[in-house]
Amino acid sequence: MHIHFLDPFRPRLSPVHALDPRVKLVLALAYILTVALTPVGAWPVYFLLLAVILSVGILSALGLGFIQRRALLALPFMLAAVPIIFTNGETALFSFPLGTWTLTGYAEGLARFASVALKSWLSVQAAVVLASSTSFPDLLQAMRAIRIPRLLVAMFGLMWRYLFVLVDEALRLMRARAARSGQGAEAVHRSGGSMAWQARVAGGMAGNLFLRAFERSDRIYMAMVARGYDGEIRSLPLSAIGSGSWLTLAGGLILLILLLLFGFLLWG
Amino acid sequence: MIYAPAQMHIPDGFLSILVSAILWAVTAVVLGIALKRVGQDLGERQVPLMGVLAAAIFAGQMLNFPVAGGTSGHLMGAALATILLGPWAAIVVMTTVVGVQALVFQDGGLLVLGANIFNMGIIGVLVSHFVYRSFLRLSGGKRWGIFAGGFLAAWLSIVVAALAVALQLAVSGRSPANLAIAAMGGIHTLIGIGEGLITVGALAFLYAARRDLLQIDAPAPKGSRMVWVGGLTIAALLAFLSPLASSHPDGLEWVAEQNGFIDTAQSSLYTLIPDYVFPGISNEALATIVAGIVGLLLVFGVALGVAHTRRKKTA
Repeated sequence: MHIHFLDPFRPRLSPVHALDPRVKLVLALAYILTVALTPVGAWPVYFLLLAVILSVGILSALGLGFIQRRALLALPFMLAAVPIIFTNGETALFSFPLGTWTLTGYAEGLARFASVALKSWLSVQAAVVLASSTSFPDLLQAMRAIRIPRLLVAMFGLMWRYLFVLVDEALRLMRARAARSGQGAEAVHRSGGSMAWQARVAGGMAGNLFLRAFERSDRIYMAMVARGYDGEIRSLPLSAIGSGSWLTLAGGLILLILLLLFGFLLWG
Repeated sequence: MIYAPAQMHIPDGFLSILVSAILWAVTAVVLGIALKRVGQDLGERQVPLMGVLAAAIFAGQMLNFPVAGGTSGHLMGAALATILLGPWAAIVVMTTVVGVQALVFQDGGLLVLGANIFNMGIIGVLVSHFVYRSFLRLSGGKRWGIFAGGFLAAWLSIVVAALAVALQLAVSGRSPANLAIAAMGGIHTLIGIGEGLITVGALAFLYAARRDLLQIDAPAPKGSRMVWVGGLTIAALLAFLSPLASSHPDGLEWVAEQNGFIDTAQSSLYTLIPDYVFPGISNEALATIVAGIVGLLLVFGVALGVAHTRRKKTA
């Protein structure tokens, strides 16, 4: 079994996929920054930002369902922000008894919670579109273009190259463990020993995986040296950005700045 | 589910711009130092070794074991990486892991990536290094020191990182301090046990199979005293800040309010500074912190002294 399905990249023929990865990365970061800077309570701006990301999502031909499913990942974290509904603000909105306490929800707190939830939802959609419409080598190129240290980019690249190999190895370890542990239907017939024992087994597997990775990295290093590696990371020069991409970049940034100004002027 | 994200990755929108920016700056500086040190120590080997080990940590995070109630224990890996690779390389490896998780799998946001690297990469590694090295020195490189140190390092790396997340959320005004700290701290006290047990399992395997990898007798790498002190400082700071913040939520709430102001751009940055006071800290609380830090220093002073005399005896 190979685990290429881990890769979120979905090749499609769409203008979003065709866009220069550097422009795409910068626009995605600018979008997330705009969302973060938008004042609490500037609801129309949030709706416009939602319209922007939904249109990009539709343009990307990835399917809105796909994007939303992946965007759900950020959902559990919202629990952390729920309490601010009850601790923030003066205008009581609703209250209900909870055991011996009475919980009072405030309008200001609710507004703050809603904007945090919206912010994270909008941002994660942008990140999903970026990751699903750009192949990893293209992302690496974009990272180089925004001046992330070459060494770090090279490590990212190597990690990606061997990620699937090592995940396959981890899956093999887990399959071997499952094959050796019979398990009854009832909970009483659970295989293996105590929880601590099971954790130790999992730890042994982790140690094993580490050891294999060590040895593999040795072999990779030898292979690299055999092919002339001397510690210098060499990569092809980045191609020039086309005028169409420049236009998209400028248009996108201007749109985001206008949205931000709109939010600041009316609700700031 | 093949890929289970941990609760520690903060998504975008949950930290204020100011907090994100400060943590990005700190992360960039520490990462720069780490990259330089790793380059000096490993030379041209560093790229294949770091890349493949980052992939191994990522894959290792999938290994799980069942815990009661249908949940399962996982590995974060900061402690294991620190023990096996030393602090600087571990910071680089964890940065690569957290970076790919955010960029490709949306596990953690992009704007808050600096904070996530700071919590899982830097804090986790510094604290692990501090605990593990202390135990190794105390035990004189004996078995119990390796395993007890490994367990505590892993456990503490999780708990302290979780407390850092809670504090950052509270300072950003996204979650009340008293609730966030209690909840994050409480949950991760338990999750940390799983991390500790897996780490000990891995160490036991490596102790039997490749003892040389554990580098028990190897001299501490250059600059590791700085890391040790850093780990001690962070552990102490969070251990004392957290109860303080949860018993005086007003103080943090005030900071959060100011932060909220910056978010909404209702007041500019410079108005923050003139009468910068931290309400909520009475003298009593300050005294508690000072007493705590002095106590901690005393305990470690004694521990170091004991270790020192022991080393002299064996020499």
